[in-house]
Amino acid sequence: MPLLEVTDLRTYFTTDAGVARAVDGVSLQLEAGETLGIVGESGCGKTVMALSILGLIPSPPGEIVAGSSIRFNGEELLEVKPARLREIRGNEISMIFQEPMTSLNPVLTVGHQIEEVLRLHRGLKRREARAAGVALLAEVGISEPDQRYDSYPHQMSGGMLQRIMIAIALSCEPRLLIADEPTTALDVTIQAQILDLLVSLQQKHGMALLLITHDLGVVAEVCDRVVVMYGGQVVETGTTEEILSHPKHPYTQGLLASLPGIGDRDVRLNPIPGTVPSAVDWPEGCRFRDRCSFAWERCAESEPDLLPVVAGASRSARCWLVHPDESSIDRAGKPT
Amino acid sequence: MISPDGVESAVDGNGASDSEPLLDVQDLKKYFPVHGGILGRSVDQVRAVDGVSFRLKRGETLGLVGESGCGKSTTGRAILRLIEPTGGRVLFDGQDLKELDRAQLGAFRRRAQIVFQDPYGSLNPRMTVGSMLAEVLKVHGLGETGVDRLARVHELLEMVGLHTEHTGRFPHEFSGGQRQRIGIARALAVEPEFIVCDEPVSALDVSVQAQVINLLRDLQRDLGLTYLFIAHDLAVVEYMSDRVAVMYLGKIVEMAAAQELYKNPRHPYTRALLSAAPRRDPRAGPVRKRIRLSGDVPSPIRPPSGCPFYARCPHPGKDEECRRLAPLLVEKAPSHLAACCKDPMPTDGA
Repeated sequence: MPLLEVTDLRTYFTTDAGVARAVDGVSLQLEAGETLGIVGESGCGKTVMALSILGLIPSPPGEIVAGSSIRFNGEELLEVKPARLREIRGNEISMIFQEPMTSLNPVLTVGHQIEEVLRLHRGLKRREARAAGVALLAEVGISEPDQRYDSYPHQMSGGMLQRIMIAIALSCEPRLLIADEPTTALDVTIQAQILDLLVSLQQKHGMALLLITHDLGVVAEVCDRVVVMYGGQVVETGTTEEILSHPKHPYTQGLLASLPGIGDRDVRLNPIPGTVPSAVDWPEGCRFRDRCSFAWERCAESEPDLLPVVAGASRSARCWLVHPDESSIDRAGKPT
Repeated sequence: MISPDGVESAVDGNGASDSEPLLDVQDLKKYFPVHGGILGRSVDQVRAVDGVSFRLKRGETLGLVGESGCGKSTTGRAILRLIEPTGGRVLFDGQDLKELDRAQLGAFRRRAQIVFQDPYGSLNPRMTVGSMLAEVLKVHGLGETGVDRLARVHELLEMVGLHTEHTGRFPHEFSGGQRQRIGIARALAVEPEFIVCDEPVSALDVSVQAQVINLLRDLQRDLGLTYLFIAHDLAVVEYMSDRVAVMYLGKIVEMAAAQELYKNPRHPYTRALLSAAPRRDPRAGPVRKRIRLSGDVPSPIRPPSGCPFYARCPHPGKDEECRRLAPLLVEKAPSHLAACCKDPMPTDGA
């Protein structure tokens, strides 16, 4: 049984412009101890998907459409009572965000904020909590943890704050850590430190890591498997090696062709034309077809499904190019 | 190793001396005062840019890389006199920019422009694209009549890959990449020779980033532009630049031709920076061995007296001399400058 199993997740938002189908039928699985990368550009739905897992979608305007399922360790998260969900959040699933500067309370010391979690979730007394908190700071590589414990967030650099966030997220030894662009706001030398820290802590505690990023380089260094998202859907999945070396979906191919590699200055970059469409108005048929150089009539007529590249393989793609022999999928009866 | 005549020798060796440079930056400094106490007096200063020198030939692109707070953006702005430099000289086409009066400064701004990082924050949300561009033309006295200006606005939009229909639209109606194209059109409106590109693609998604990079390169080829290209992304800088300068704590620590710098980095900081960057092209082969840097960049308020990189330097041979003496930027190999008084670190499996 996978640790996390998301099936046909649809998270919609009601906006002035219409219903934004931010996440529109995402299915994925994550085994215990595994690192899964979610890659995609802004607006592809990767963050909304993560927030949906934690039950953090504000409603209204957000809504998780009936028929969606998020099973964690066999338990259906979309049906549990709020009290149970609060227990799972923090104890078993934790999340760190892109901006450590805005995720901490500026008027409380970092120690206070770590202690709060330890006392609430692990029931520690004040003194025990302090000792455990200082130990956590030391574990995430903060020098002089005893003094730093009483510092305020503004007294620390971005890299240190992200370490504090990781310490808070790990304080209850969760089985799943969701990291949403954890290094995007940091400099490269600090980014390398934080990625190393995440990987070593993950191995030490045996937790699963769901790493959301737009940076294929980060994925290449950290992840076992990759899910590529576009237009609120998964368009390709596979092992990191397969996806980066032999991308099947034209979107994944386009992302890789857009990267300036080291040492090929004379080769012109090959960007994907156009821009990401809006979630209130995904194109009919394949959502990538307006930007795809392979698109033909069939791509406009019907939407391809996410199917194994070869029968039985773990790797799949959502493209008529990969599945030319599949018949059109009858989408009737599915909520839209 | 440490040259006695300091700056002079540093300027000589910077590899762009064979023809008259368009831009000649000499020992540029920008200090910001730090206010404190109940009277709000200036109690200290942040040495954001602390003695930067380089030359830029016509049609050339110099990439300026470094981590946040290293002074790369401040350098770009001080060169254009968007902020007044504290010290040093900037010669543009042989003319000292400090001596320009108001009218001359206006004329200079027709020749030197800037493209900002944030295409959301740098466009006026209440103005249509057409009126924004037309205003630039009017301020600089370009175009006799409104009809002339409108024709030029259309020409500019097409030059950056937008359409004439976009003239009447507001910034919020465009995507991030399109807004950056508008920012570029605004810079091009006055037909400049030199453009400071301050992190022009950092806020954009990968696929859109590649579109804007291609546009900047096409414009350079077609219009003969000279760029100072500021960014923190090493792969993007290498792709854009002829030469690259690496900044740390307000100083250039290494400068060389782009290929040379990426192939044979001499300064330990450049080494670490290159090894820390995730492989942008994941197909490019095995990961190079990481050089770990501990800690954060020191405060530019009271920078260390010796080598600014001393505290974080992974060089096995660093010693008392490094801690005491600030190394100067000197030529280590033809047209390859580095500010490190040790031999390059051994390349273990790089």
